[in-house]
Amino acid sequence: MQSTKANYSEKLMQAVFYLSALISIIAVIAICLFLLLRGIPAIGEIGIMEFILNEKWKPTDYPPSYGILSMIVGSTYVTAGAIAIGVPIGLMCAVFLAKFCPDTVYKIAKPAVNLLAGIPSIVYGFFGMEVIVPFLRENFGGNGFSILSSSIILGIMILPTIISISESSIRSVPLSYEEGSLGLGATKEETVFKIVLPAAKSGVFTSIILGIGRAVGETMAVVMVAGNAVMPLDKIKLLKPIRTLTTNIVTEMSYASGLHEESLIATGVVLFVFIIILNTALSLIKTRDAKN
Amino acid sequence: MSKIKIEDVNLYYGEFQALKNINMNIKENEITAFIGPSGCGKSTLLKSLNRMNDLIEGVKINGRMLLDDVDIYKDIDASVLRKRVGMVFQKPNPFPMSIYENVAYGPKTHGIKQRSKLDDIVEQSLRAAAMWDEVKDRLKKSALGLSGGQQQRLCIARAFSVNPEVILLDEPTSALDPISTMKIEDLLVDIKKNYTIVIVTHNMQQATRISDKTGFFLHGEVVEFDDTEKLFSMPENKKTEDYITGRFG
Repeated sequence: MQSTKANYSEKLMQAVFYLSALISIIAVIAICLFLLLRGIPAIGEIGIMEFILNEKWKPTDYPPSYGILSMIVGSTYVTAGAIAIGVPIGLMCAVFLAKFCPDTVYKIAKPAVNLLAGIPSIVYGFFGMEVIVPFLRENFGGNGFSILSSSIILGIMILPTIISISESSIRSVPLSYEEGSLGLGATKEETVFKIVLPAAKSGVFTSIILGIGRAVGETMAVVMVAGNAVMPLDKIKLLKPIRTLTTNIVTEMSYASGLHEESLIATGVVLFVFIIILNTALSLIKTRDAKN
Repeated sequence: MSKIKIEDVNLYYGEFQALKNINMNIKENEITAFIGPSGCGKSTLLKSLNRMNDLIEGVKINGRMLLDDVDIYKDIDASVLRKRVGMVFQKPNPFPMSIYENVAYGPKTHGIKQRSKLDDIVEQSLRAAAMWDEVKDRLKKSALGLSGGQQQRLCIARAFSVNPEVILLDEPTSALDPISTMKIEDLLVDIKKNYTIVIVTHNMQQATRISDKTGFFLHGEVVEFDDTEKLFSMPENKKTEDYITGRFG
């Protein structure tokens, strides 16, 4: 009697676990289906080459033009800028936290980095709008809403991702490597940069790819500082406004209808392809790492 | 001639005194072995000879340690000291790079950039560690693919690469099989004419096989330090006798 009861509750729990796992899988599949079913026909109607290789985005003109090349380039530039700013700073910070930071400073610095991760993106956007944009306007001209302002904000936003993953991978490098290097008369700095950091490289790359993922997908903070103008390719400049894939969707979704609306969902499909490429790169790094 | 002089050394990990009043002279071109039960301070003393203990927080040392009559804690930079006093660790710790890069790393950090010179150093060091023939065709392969014994000999080759005067070995064969152990023992005996060697070992047979002098440590003190032959055949101290005859430890 007792054993059947135990058996029964075990079965029940198993079902609960299965169901929980199923829900997350269903969510992924549902999102994919939604994107593909609504986006692909639009891409078909517009023509894939026309859609991704045309720089003219005039969905309300007659006849309309649905080219998102400018946004693809915009997302790429803004993300590259974020990486150029965020990766060196984040990496140096991770090295400092893991290897050179006195305990007393660590107790303040580590929670500060964690807090950075918890700040809502709208707050980053506000900070960018009120501080960075005016700063750029006053010092470099233009109206301040630009690739540069977006890159700076995104560069700060990806810091916690890069710092925490890099730091833990630096910490997981066996102390014996360090001892081996110091034992040969290398200084601590040489040891950290020539032995420890290379040994932690798969974690560092992982952090950079996750940072890229965050930068590519970020919407709210970017829409507040980028200016959102669709620029012809030859007018895209560091200090000029820019529109990215994500901000294209968010700025026009509220009033778009028909093929215009579908084309925004198709923009999401392109974004999705970006993310899939990043995830593939990530799993390549992980399998290569597992082999070593 | 004394290469290393240890004078009235006391070492503390925080409150705990790990070494008590150590006095010892270590001679050039000899193998000196430190034996004793775990926790007796033998590894601590070894590591303080090239200041690897600096890495541990809360370590305090007083007394003097002299290398060629220069105080290693006062008058010499730690990285210069560690270049002159190399170390091989208990667990083989090759870097996660190629065999070549492992050996070339030390000379590179000390400013040697010329490819042909590095090639020479790598070959000589690997030859000195008696493994050149084993690895010469796969220098570009990862060092982590070597067997444990080969990895440890690679670490010895790596120690040779910066041309040290003293080589410290901390139980270098404890993780190895008997054949690899024998190879390393033969190697040490072979190279002692060019170096001063200090080895910590938990294996008393190893001490008798290869060392000229042996120090027996207990509770942070040197109980007895003498010619290996004499220490193992006619120990002066009762505790030494008890230990080497296997009554404790």
